[in-house]
Amino acid sequence: MTRLLHLLLRRMPIGWLQLTHNRMRLVAAVAGIAFANLLVFVQLGVVASMNNVINLTYTPFSADIIISPPSPQLFGGALLSRRIVYMALADPGVAAATPLHLGNMEWKRPTGMSKVLIVYGMAPEASAFAGETISARQLAMLALPNRVLLDSAFRNIEQATNAVAFARMSPETPMEFEINGHGVSAVGSFSLGSGFGYDGALFMSDQTFQRLVPERMSGTLSHVLIRLKPDADPDTVVRRLTADLAAEHVQARTIAQTIADDVSYMNTEAPMGVIFGIGVFIGIFVGLVIVYQVLATDVAAHMKEYATFKAMGYPHRFLLGIVFEEALIIAFLGFVPGALLGAGIYSVMGAATGLPLGMTAARAVVVLIGTFAACMISGTLATLRLRGAEPAELFG
Amino acid sequence: MTSHIDPPIRVEGLNHWFGAGETRIQAIFDASLTVERGALTILRGPSGSGKTTLLTLMGSLRKVQDGSVRLLGQELRGASQQSQEALRRRLGFIFQAHNLHESLTARQNTLMGLQVHGPRGDAAKQDAAAAHILEILGLGPRIDYLPEKLSGGQKQRVAIARALVSNPEIVFADEPTAALDKEAGIQVVRMLKALGAARGTSTVMVTHDTCIIELADRIITIEDGKLVSG
Repeated sequence: MTRLLHLLLRRMPIGWLQLTHNRMRLVAAVAGIAFANLLVFVQLGVVASMNNVINLTYTPFSADIIISPPSPQLFGGALLSRRIVYMALADPGVAAATPLHLGNMEWKRPTGMSKVLIVYGMAPEASAFAGETISARQLAMLALPNRVLLDSAFRNIEQATNAVAFARMSPETPMEFEINGHGVSAVGSFSLGSGFGYDGALFMSDQTFQRLVPERMSGTLSHVLIRLKPDADPDTVVRRLTADLAAEHVQARTIAQTIADDVSYMNTEAPMGVIFGIGVFIGIFVGLVIVYQVLATDVAAHMKEYATFKAMGYPHRFLLGIVFEEALIIAFLGFVPGALLGAGIYSVMGAATGLPLGMTAARAVVVLIGTFAACMISGTLATLRLRGAEPAELFG
Repeated sequence: MTSHIDPPIRVEGLNHWFGAGETRIQAIFDASLTVERGALTILRGPSGSGKTTLLTLMGSLRKVQDGSVRLLGQELRGASQQSQEALRRRLGFIFQAHNLHESLTARQNTLMGLQVHGPRGDAAKQDAAAAHILEILGLGPRIDYLPEKLSGGQKQRVAIARALVSNPEIVFADEPTAALDKEAGIQVVRMLKALGAARGTSTVMVTHDTCIIELADRIITIEDGKLVSG
């Protein structure tokens, strides 16, 4: 390693020699950086998980444009009138439009356990609007009353259902259970998973949805999904729909814009997202403080040696080079266990909560680059005292 | 560069103080002296008399506040950091506390005295030069030892090797023989004198060692920050 660094740096690898000379200090420094990395990984992971959850809620259906109440979130907005569907269909660029019903339900299990569900309701014949997690064939299976698709990524699904019945679930051997006082038959599954306020999801026809959610007034719906004609420009249609529906207090957006608005709202305005964002900021700040402390301690420990180099005529950039060399080595050595521990924590948190948590290459690269940058900045700050000082002062 | 007119060091009307206001303490009072080329000049005086302060001022390790210090023909007062760094590369320093780099071997510490000039010559030649001077100083069998494996005297000899390996024009030494036995101390000073004779290297040394004082070409005594003789 020493020889390799000598070749790379074209000078004696003093930083590496310093680090390996005092193994205990090296272990402490690496542990400090690893902990800082872990903090940042956990905070970024939670925020990424929240954003993943938002994206996942859009996967059971598909559309080119979505007309929604003036709420930035998919769930929880005011209800729309069915006439919006017909008004949308009047636009020359619209090929098809269908209502989307969304709601929440409490699923009480015989064991006394209670689960919170998000529920999707859509016309079984609206196969053009089937999403990436629900096929047109599955949608068609829901035409019979009280048939539902059950979320296979449901949090602790083994506690809520019979594992054998769940595994055999099909139109021929449906899994029967009761929800909101109504018996339903799960004839298949789709994958969505739990979120921050629910354990899983159910997908059903619009008719079944109306039966299971009787408080929902007939003729109301949550969103209108729109498919465009092949030659229609989405932005032009959005502009037209916005103008035509101006009196209806609705918003027409492309599906991509809708998801982006939802994610943005959750990250910047929703209390949960803001708290998570502050968590990321605090994680990065604490990480920076740890990194600075590690390097400042190291520079202080070698102050007399650096002063000697200054006295010998070595320029400040040479000393900075040594500190950068150390910073990069510590950053890398600390990153590896930090990333491994981060992946482990994701795994534990994911298993406990059912949230989509996992290490991604992009996040690992971002944190590695961030760690390098933090170490370089901290190294520069830690050597400020060296820059202006006269060698005689540094001998203390 | 040093001319035959300019002595290696010329100090005129030098004053130096620490602190400010009521806490200001003057360490050097109106000092003037010259150090001749090739000479061994010894600074002596009681503890706290300002010897080390004067040495560090002449060696450009401290900013000149008042008066003039011309080192190797260049005025140090108001000199830029770059020009001071360039000057320091032409000097050799031997510190009382030796200040060796704990993670570098004796050979690597000595090489640092050469590598400050950049990649001059090939690495093998630099390595051989470092080994040679360590041999001369009696550290042949221990050139690849870390400082923690060396005695106080051996460490001081490594510091001396580091200062001399690049053939400096002036050597500044603060109690360089304090950790050496009498014979080794005399040997080091004779080596410095030999350098002076062979290459014109001047040496300015702070010492209390009476055995060495006899070898000096010139002795300057300083008391309470004032030059009283020499």
